[in-house]
Amino acid sequence: MSTATVTEIGRRGFLKAGMTGAAGLMIGFYLPGRFEASAEAAATLPPASLNAWMLISSNDVVTIMIDKSEMGQGILTALCMIAAEELDCDWKSIHTEFAPAAKEYFNPAFGMQGTGGSSSVRSSWDPMRKAGAAARDMLLQAAADQWKVDKSSCRTENGVIYHNASKRKVTYGSVAVAASKLPVPTDAPPKDPKDYRILGKPTKRLDTPDKVNGVAEFGLDVKRPAMVYAVVARCPVFGGKVASFDATKAKAVPGVKTVVQISNGVAVVADNTWAAMQGRRALEVKWDEGPTATASSESISKLFADQMDKTGAEARKEGDAASALSGAAQKLEAVYEAPYLAHATMEPLNCTADVRADRVDVWAPTQFQTVAQNMAAKFGGVKPEQAFIHTTYLGGGFGRKAGVDFVIEAVETSKALGGPVKVTWSREDDMQHDFYRPASYAKLAAGLGADGWPVAWTTRVACPSIMEAWFPGSTKNNLDPTSVEGVANLPYSIPNIQVDYIRTEPGIPVGFWRSVGNSQNGFFSECFVDELAAAGKKDPYEFRKKLLDKAPRHLGVLELAAQKAGWDKPLPAGRYRGIAVLFAFESYAAQVVEISVNRSAKTVKVHRVVCAVDMGRVVNPLTVEMQSESAIVYGLSSALYGNIKIAGGRVTQTNFNNYQVLRMDAMPTIETYIVPSEEKPTGAGELAVPPVVPALCNAIFAATGKRIRRLPIRSEDLA
Amino acid sequence: MAIQLMINGKTQSVDVPAEMPLLWVLRDTLGMTGTKFGCGMALCGACTVHIDGQPTRSCITPVSSVAGKKITTIEGLSPDRSHPVQRAWIEVDVPQCGYCQSGQIMSASALLATNPKPSDTEIDEAMRGNICRCGTYQRIRQAIHRAAEMQKASAAPLRLGGKETAEDLLLEPEPVEAGGAA
Repeated sequence: MSTATVTEIGRRGFLKAGMTGAAGLMIGFYLPGRFEASAEAAATLPPASLNAWMLISSNDVVTIMIDKSEMGQGILTALCMIAAEELDCDWKSIHTEFAPAAKEYFNPAFGMQGTGGSSSVRSSWDPMRKAGAAARDMLLQAAADQWKVDKSSCRTENGVIYHNASKRKVTYGSVAVAASKLPVPTDAPPKDPKDYRILGKPTKRLDTPDKVNGVAEFGLDVKRPAMVYAVVARCPVFGGKVASFDATKAKAVPGVKTVVQISNGVAVVADNTWAAMQGRRALEVKWDEGPTATASSESISKLFADQMDKTGAEARKEGDAASALSGAAQKLEAVYEAPYLAHATMEPLNCTADVRADRVDVWAPTQFQTVAQNMAAKFGGVKPEQAFIHTTYLGGGFGRKAGVDFVIEAVETSKALGGPVKVTWSREDDMQHDFYRPASYAKLAAGLGADGWPVAWTTRVACPSIMEAWFPGSTKNNLDPTSVEGVANLPYSIPNIQVDYIRTEPGIPVGFWRSVGNSQNGFFSECFVDELAAAGKKDPYEFRKKLLDKAPRHLGVLELAAQKAGWDKPLPAGRYRGIAVLFAFESYAAQVVEISVNRSAKTVKVHRVVCAVDMGRVVNPLTVEMQSESAIVYGLSSALYGNIKIAGGRVTQTNFNNYQVLRMDAMPTIETYIVPSEEKPTGAGELAVPPVVPALCNAIFAATGKRIRRLPIRSEDLA
Repeated sequence: MAIQLMINGKTQSVDVPAEMPLLWVLRDTLGMTGTKFGCGMALCGACTVHIDGQPTRSCITPVSSVAGKKITTIEGLSPDRSHPVQRAWIEVDVPQCGYCQSGQIMSASALLATNPKPSDTEIDEAMRGNICRCGTYQRIRQAIHRAAEMQKASAAPLRLGGKETAEDLLLEPEPVEAGGAA
């Protein structure tokens, strides 16, 4: 599969075709990348657009427009699987292009074009199936018209239309142009799932070949004619600004071309990235650090703790938790804390922009095309329809590349220069100027009856609001649902539950970090549930199982994970395990983590993680496995090492030496099991992050008798 | 200053500062972007290339230090994804975002060049310098063992089963052996 960039005319022509696609089709002037594009080729291969996602050339290449960002989660392959199933085309004929920013590609989950919240399969399932079914119907109709037979006497198979009675056949490519001129049927039925030949089958990724030989183009790999390279000096303190700067020494560095001030700092422009970095080192900037300059991890923790006596916004209230708590036979109370976390995508942030008087082009590893387009237009000084977003492969996203700060920097720099520029973030820039997973602080309390079963649960959470930071005014009653997800939706049958939230803003930028609020609240709630089980002298699995009597899908994954992990069988000496179950992004996951602890060396080794998931009908089981593995590694990194500390209003971590992540030698064996389901498909990208952290901490409790209530896990926790 | 570099069997002359890291010479000067920037401090392995066969972090390697030496990048590992490590990576479907995989593949191929049948511990040792934030380690380990088998067989890949190329193999949507899928 090739991912060659389409020509300018091609992309615009296709988009035009796509835009009119709903009403009446037209042929796009589109050149499939596979046939790298000469004018002659365009003349001999007029490909036909059947809708905004599917285009067929006369030589039977089916181009699928990928309107979600491919950041490793496998959506490119999943979208092709859905399209190919309904279109009934030859899997080998598929070619892909990343879609431009356009209304046709708005994610119904957001009302904008973007990728996140594990929403891609969930939001594309119906539109893509309908588009495929309609396109197939149009191809059938075109063949039937050509043969002057009834459409119902024709059938499709693997990109070919057959008329059995007359033993005639024709390929999709030869009737695509005629098909594209037909009205779009509104009633073409998607397939009966029992006829699926692609969906639900473990299918290898289409982007793998380009990712084993360096061909796949990430944002950082974009090359434009006459492009220059820039890095930006930003105020190390959040919210700070440039007071003044002296570029004399920076400009003296060989290769440095110029230095320009932009909103976010000072851009050093050079003829290569390294020279730009050297120039930035020589640049002298005086910063106005602003009011956040006194913030520290300690002051932030105290700020959170000080909120605990206040009454928060009500996130959930059932029964009378306060009374039930005071009348309980046994009371438990605990404070849990989670730190800020960086995303640390392997590809540092970057963006290439070319701002002209009448148009702006942006090449970026972005998760949020519509916002990127609007910002490119605003800062480039053009109308949104004159801003063109070229989405590349993303070298990891995890929520970070939903931000557009890096896009704005490149657009502003290009505008100042009057030509194309690539802005590259160093690892240090990336780690110190993130939109962090919010630090959070929670006080939990519970009451047990004389029989050891819970009668009351309360949680008070203090943390910053992501939604108010990104979409001001979007929350109601001071309640940000992302701040309490993973605890407010506690699935257990406890008669009295109260959860409230106190929005607390320490001034550190926050954002969506893989699994969002579930990442910390899952830790709080599933560790505290484990505390309850231990206090009630119950097995942690049996305890959860009984309390999930009204949560069948939670129970389904819990039982599957326990069974596959052999919960009922004793472990070898020195091995311990913990369990956790959570709902996130319309899906369910349970995990059993098996560990050993070396208490004299104060180290923990994770040996095995058994993961059971229920995400409705599965598009690609192979992707589900990969995403579970990926999410578990991401979660383990956070539990074992992740800690963005603040001192003097700035982040003290700089690179992978002091922001450690899981490496090969710490990798456990991961097994993934899927609960078979015919429910609507949901999403795999984030689901398996939240349970692994509490399951690990619960396993450590099993080994040491000590609770982990503050992340990351410290060596003293393991003594 | 003009420096002579022998990259993927081809000699090229570059006019760059002696201390400029090889990574940026490859990426910005020569436009060879298969080698990735990840940390700039030899902490993540994304920039790994072979210098006279040795896995080397190009982000901290001054270009002048490799003048006249044999430099191999991901683009030069094979012309057609036919290196056993690349074939195994395709067969096991290792990459997710794919950004770190050039470095992973260069580290793995250097390992197999000197140790044709590495143990898990030896794989840990050779690969712990390469970070993957997508967490593909389990599949990397599996693919290295698989590449070792392929290298030993040295002939056609064992599981191509009638398919012409690795790409054909990949494009087949037929079930693969998928770990624990219930």
